[in-house]
Amino acid sequence: MIINHPILGPRDAQEFVYLGDAGLIERPDGLAEGAVDAFHDYLYLRDNPAGEHRELWYHEQGDRSWLVVTRNTLTHEITRVELARDVARAKGRSK
Amino acid sequence: MAEHRLKPLTPLGHDRPETVSIGPVTLTEVVDQALASLAARQGREEEVAQKAKAAGIPLPAAARAEPGTPYGAFWLSEQSWMVEAPYASHEDIRAILLPLFGDAASITEQTDAWVRFDVSGSDLSAMFERLCNVDLRAAPDNLATRTVIEHMGCYLVRRARDRLSVFGARSSAAALWHALETAAHSAY
Amino acid sequence: MTQSNRIAGGQIDRTRTLSFTFDGVAYRGHPGDTLASALLANGVRLMGRSFKYHRPRGPISAGSEEPNALVELREGARREPNTRATVAELFDGLSADSQNRWPSLSFDAMSIKDRLSSFLTAGFYDTTFRWPASFWEKVYEPIIRKAAGLGAMSRLEDPDQYDKGFLHCDLLIIGAGPAGLAAALSAGRAGAQVILADEDFRMGGRLNAETHEVGGMTGAGWAVQAVSELSHMPNVRLMPRTTIIAAVDHGIYGAVERVSDHLAVPAPGKPRQILWRIYSRRAILAGGATERPIAFENNDRPGIMLAGALRAYANRWGVAVGRRAAIFTNNDDGLRTAADLKAKGVEVRVIDVRKGEEVVDSSGRLGLKSVTIRSGGRLETFPCEALGVSGGWNPNVNVASHHRGRPVWEPAIEAFVPGQGDIPGLAAAGAAAGRFSTRAALETGAAAAEEALSDLGLAVPARDLPQAEDGAYAIEPKWYVAGGKGRAWIDQQNDVTLKDVKLAHQENYTSVEHLKRYTTLGMATDQGKTANVLGLAVMAGLTGKSIPETGTTIYRPPYTPVAMGTLAGRSRGQEFKPKRLTPSHHWASEQGAVFVEVGMWLRAQWLPRPGETTWRESVDREVLQTRRSVGICDVTTLGKIDIQGRDAAAFLDKVYANNFASLAVGKCRYGLMLREDGIVYDDGTTARLGEHEYVMTTTTANAVLVFRNLEYARQCLYPDMDVQLISTTEAWAQFSVAGPNARRLLQKIVDQDISDAALPYMGCKEITVCGGLRARIFRISFSGELAYEIAVPTRYGDALIREMVAQGAEFDAVVYGTEALGVMRVEKGHVAGNELNGQSSALNMGLGKMVSRKKDSIGMVLSQREGMTDPDGYRLVGVKPVNSAEKLTAGSHFLDKGAAPVMANDLGWLTSVVYSPHLGSSIALGYLKKGDERRGARLRSVNLLAKTEVEVEIVSPHFFDPEGERLRG
Repeated sequence: MIINHPILGPRDAQEFVYLGDAGLIERPDGLAEGAVDAFHDYLYLRDNPAGEHRELWYHEQGDRSWLVVTRNTLTHEITRVELARDVARAKGRSK
Repeated sequence: MAEHRLKPLTPLGHDRPETVSIGPVTLTEVVDQALASLAARQGREEEVAQKAKAAGIPLPAAARAEPGTPYGAFWLSEQSWMVEAPYASHEDIRAILLPLFGDAASITEQTDAWVRFDVSGSDLSAMFERLCNVDLRAAPDNLATRTVIEHMGCYLVRRARDRLSVFGARSSAAALWHALETAAHSAY
Repeated sequence: MTQSNRIAGGQIDRTRTLSFTFDGVAYRGHPGDTLASALLANGVRLMGRSFKYHRPRGPISAGSEEPNALVELREGARREPNTRATVAELFDGLSADSQNRWPSLSFDAMSIKDRLSSFLTAGFYDTTFRWPASFWEKVYEPIIRKAAGLGAMSRLEDPDQYDKGFLHCDLLIIGAGPAGLAAALSAGRAGAQVILADEDFRMGGRLNAETHEVGGMTGAGWAVQAVSELSHMPNVRLMPRTTIIAAVDHGIYGAVERVSDHLAVPAPGKPRQILWRIYSRRAILAGGATERPIAFENNDRPGIMLAGALRAYANRWGVAVGRRAAIFTNNDDGLRTAADLKAKGVEVRVIDVRKGEEVVDSSGRLGLKSVTIRSGGRLETFPCEALGVSGGWNPNVNVASHHRGRPVWEPAIEAFVPGQGDIPGLAAAGAAAGRFSTRAALETGAAAAEEALSDLGLAVPARDLPQAEDGAYAIEPKWYVAGGKGRAWIDQQNDVTLKDVKLAHQENYTSVEHLKRYTTLGMATDQGKTANVLGLAVMAGLTGKSIPETGTTIYRPPYTPVAMGTLAGRSRGQEFKPKRLTPSHHWASEQGAVFVEVGMWLRAQWLPRPGETTWRESVDREVLQTRRSVGICDVTTLGKIDIQGRDAAAFLDKVYANNFASLAVGKCRYGLMLREDGIVYDDGTTARLGEHEYVMTTTTANAVLVFRNLEYARQCLYPDMDVQLISTTEAWAQFSVAGPNARRLLQKIVDQDISDAALPYMGCKEITVCGGLRARIFRISFSGELAYEIAVPTRYGDALIREMVAQGAEFDAVVYGTEALGVMRVEKGHVAGNELNGQSSALNMGLGKMVSRKKDSIGMVLSQREGMTDPDGYRLVGVKPVNSAEKLTAGSHFLDKGAAPVMANDLGWLTSVVYSPHLGSSIALGYLKKGDERRGARLRSVNLLAKTEVEVEIVSPHFFDPEGERLRG
C-alpha cells in the first residue's frame, strides 16, 4: 500500500508500523471516577468495521510521525491521512 | 581538540577510513564529520529559525538537505534537523551549538551514533534501486530521506546529482558497507 | 543425435550450435531455442511423467502455461526442479533431466498407478485416507510423497545471489506483444516513464510465432524495429525475462527478472534473479491469451499440443513437431495454424468442429502415432506424429484478478475477460482484453496508453499505427468429445479427467470452489492456465447452467512459480539479518570470546581463558573475580534515549509507573514501564543530566519498542508537552565496571574525583577520562556490587576497554559476558527478559509498591484491576534445591509434595536458572502462587519434558547481599 504522508508525500506502507483504531488517541483520565471501567472500554471495546476505518500508523522508517489513516478495510483505499498530533489536538488533548 | 591518550577507531573498525571503487562508483567511509540533532522546543520555532540564521546554520525544508560551511544540515522530522560540521573543528559539536540556541532548542550529540558512507559516480540509481525504495531518478539533488537498506534504517542525503551520503547505525557499519558493495557489484 | 525435426526459418541463430544433455543423452540446438524447442527439433517429444498416474507426457504449449514438460535443470547445487522446458532458454552445456519417473522416462515403474486409476479418482485422497489417523502419518503419506510429487531438491546450498530491488514508473506495461509494444511506443514517445516487462527472452509476443505482416514487414521484424526504437528512449526501461508475478495494492507490482538463468553460471557478483517491487501510477495488462484444449479420449500423448504451440515451434523455432500433423479446431485461428504448417512443408489434416468433425481417440504409448477421427458418422484413423488442438483462446486475466476481482464472461469469444476496474489503475489491452486480431491488439494497446497518459496529465501524441491483419475468429464452442470409455484429460498437471469432473457433479460438488478442491483442478503449479475454463465449462454442461452462472475461480499471485531463493533475496545465512557489533567487539574477538545473538547484536557471552574446557568454568571465574575484585562488561546494547524539553519530567511521570518528577539533577532512578493494560513491559534507569535533560535506558530487546511508545505518548496522548526525543544508543560506548575495586580502577581512568562523596550511589555526572576525553559516569548497579557505568564517544570504546583492562591488571580485573551478567542479576533477584514475559504485573515481580496511584501514568489504572491484584496470584520468589548438588531446570513447574503433575495442581514455574558459584549450587527465580507466604516451604520442581524432578526450597529472590551493603560501599 501507499500512504500519502501529509509532509513527505506518497510512501510505501512497508515503512510504517500499524497500531490500530485511532480511538486510542482518546485516552480516559486515569484519576477520574470510574477510571477502571473507562479504561476497560477504551482498551478492549473497539469496532471492527468492514469499510472505512480510522487507524494509527507510525512512520518508523521515516520521520517518526504517528498518522491517522482513513482506510477502507475492504478495498484498502485510503481517503485521508492526517498527523496524529493534529487529530489529538483537535480532540482537545494537550498535556 | 582535547589531548587524551585514547585512540579512536573508524566505524569499520580500522585506523583509517576505507575506500573502494567498483565500476563507475566509489564508496568512501567518511570520518571527518560531527553531527548533532537540533529540535526546536514547542513555541520557540521562530526563535530557533532566527538563531540558526544568525549562526549560519541552514534549516532545510522537509526531506531536504542544505550544505554550508562550516554547518550543513538535513531534515529529520517536523522542526528537527541533523546539523553537520567538520569533526576537526567541531568535535564537541553540542557544546558549540548549545550557547547559540540557549533553551530554545534541544540539542543532542549524534556524531558517533552514525556511520557515513559517501557514494559517488554516474548512474547511482542503478545501484540504489537494488538497495532501497527511493526513486533517485526523480529525486532532487538535495534530497534527504530516511529509508531501509537490507533491514537497516538509514538516512540518504544527496549532495549532488552524482554523489550521496548514506548514514547508518554505527554498530552495523560493516553490514551496511557489505550491502553497498554487493549492490555495486550486482549493478555495474 | 541430429536435429531431425528442424525445418527452415525461425528466430534462432543457426551460425552457432549449443550442446546440451537430456537424461544423459547429448543433443544440439541453437541460440534462441528453448529446451523444449531444441528437444522437439531432435525428435524428442516425451519429456515427463504425469504427477499422479505417471502417464508419459510431452509439452502441450510453447510458453509459461506449460503443465507437462517439467524438468530438472543443471546439476549439483544449481539443480532446479520443476522448471518448464518450454520457457527454459537453451545455453551451451545445459544439463537437464526428466523427473517423477523411475528408473527411466520410457519405463517408469510407478506407471502401475495408471492401471490402478479407477481407485485413484477425484476425492480419493479426501475419502480414502481419512482413517485411521495413524495410518496416514505412518503408511500413506510416505508412500504418496515418494510416488507423487515432482522434481527433487538438490539439498545443497544455492551458490547464487538473489537481489531485491525497487523501480518506479508512470506506466507499467505487462507483456511486449503487439498490444504492449504499441502501448510502449505511444507512452514512450509522449515522454512518460515506462517499464515494459515480458516474461520471454525475446520481445514481440505472438508476433514471433505468427506469419502475419505488420506495417508491410513480418510481425517479428516489426517487433524488432519497435524494440529498437524503445531501446533508444531514456524514459523507457525494457525488461525481457521479467515476469509480473503479482498485483499488490495502490499500483505496486511484483516482478521476477531472470538475470542469469540463461547462463550456466552467473557472472561474478551478478544475481541469478531479482525480485522487483515496481511502483507504478498506471498499468496496462497486455499479457496475451492462452489457448485451451478440447478434451477427448487419450488427449495427453506426447505430440498432442495446443495448435498455437505447433505454429510457434514451426515459425519461431524452425521445428516441425511431426512431418505429418492434424489440427483439431473450433475456430479460424486453428485454420491459420494449419496454413502456416502447410507452408512449412508439413502434411496437415484439419478436423473442424464447425463442419461436424471431431477427434475421438489417439494411439501411441510414448508418443502420438495416430488419431481417430469421426466425420459424418464415420470413424477413420489418421496416422500423424503431431496433433494441434484449438478449443479457443482464454485472455490471460490472471494478474487482473489478484485483488479478488471476478473475470467477466464475453459471449462473443466464449471466454472470460478482465473485469473493469478490478485493479485500480490497471487496464487490459489486446488479447488479454479479448481483442484477438493483430490490428485490434495494436489499437487497444495504443488506446490504453493514451488513456493512461491523459490520466497522468501528459500530452497524448497522434496515433501512428502500422497496417495489420484483422481476421475473423469465428469460434463455435466445443469443450469435450462425448462418449468414449477411456480418459479425457482436462488438467494435465494434476491429472484431472472429464470423469473426475463428472464424479464431482455426482457427489454434488458443483460449486466451482468445491469442484476445484474435490478434483484438485487448477491447483497445480500452473494454476490451471490451460485447464480451468475447460473444467468449468464441463461442469456448466453437467448442471445445465451457463458458464457465467457456474462462475469462475480466480488466480492468486504468483503468476508463475517463484523460487524460494528469490523471495529470500540476500537475507540468508550470515546475511539473514545485519549484525550489530559492540564497541568492544574487536577486542573481545581477539580474546576468543564466545558471542551470542541478542536481537541483531552480537554480545560476548563469556570469554574463555586458556585451560578452561567448559563454559561454566569461564562464567564461574568471571562472577567470582567480579565479586572479589572488579569486572568490566560492555553494556552499550542497552537502549539509550535522550529526552529533553520543558515538560520532560512530566512526560516521564506519564510513561513510567513510578515517580520521576522528584528526581534531582545529577541523579539516576530505576524506572518501571507498564503497558496500558497494566502488564510490565520494560525497565531501566533514567538519569537527569540537566534541568530539562534526561537520558533513559531501556532493555536491549525493547529499545525500538520503547522509542515507538514514547513517540506515541508524545504525539497522540500529550501533543502539547514540550518534549524532544532522539536515540543515542549508538553514540556512546558504555561499560559497566562492578566489584569492590571498581572505584579504584575507575579513579585511574577518570580525571575527576569519584569518591563516594563526589559521586554517591545513584549519582551521575559528566566527566572527562584519560586526560580530557568527554565522558559520562552513572553509579548504578545490576550486579549488586559497587558499580558504575561509564560512557565515552563510541569511536573510543575499543581504546577504553583496552585501557581499563591494562589499568585493571593490578586488581586482577576481569571482563565478563552476558552469562556472568545473568548469574549476578539472578543472585540479586533482578528481573529480566524471562520475568518480563508480557504476562506479569509489577505486583507479580514484587514491585507493586513502585506503581504510584497519585499520578495518571500509562498502565496505572488497569494494573489495579481485579485479577491483577489477586492476593493468591504469582509472586517472584527465589528457589534453591534442597540437595545443593541437584540441578534446577528452567521452565519446571512448582508442585506440592504428592500432587499429581497436572495443570490443576500447578503452582507456578521457574523463570531463570543459573549456577551460583558464590552459593555453590543451582539457583533460580520463579513465579509462585502466594509466593510471599511460602518462604521456607519445600515444593517439587517438576519438568515433564526434561523428565526432571527436584525438591526445592522457596527463599527470598535476593540471594546475595540482601541489604545492598556492597553497592553503597
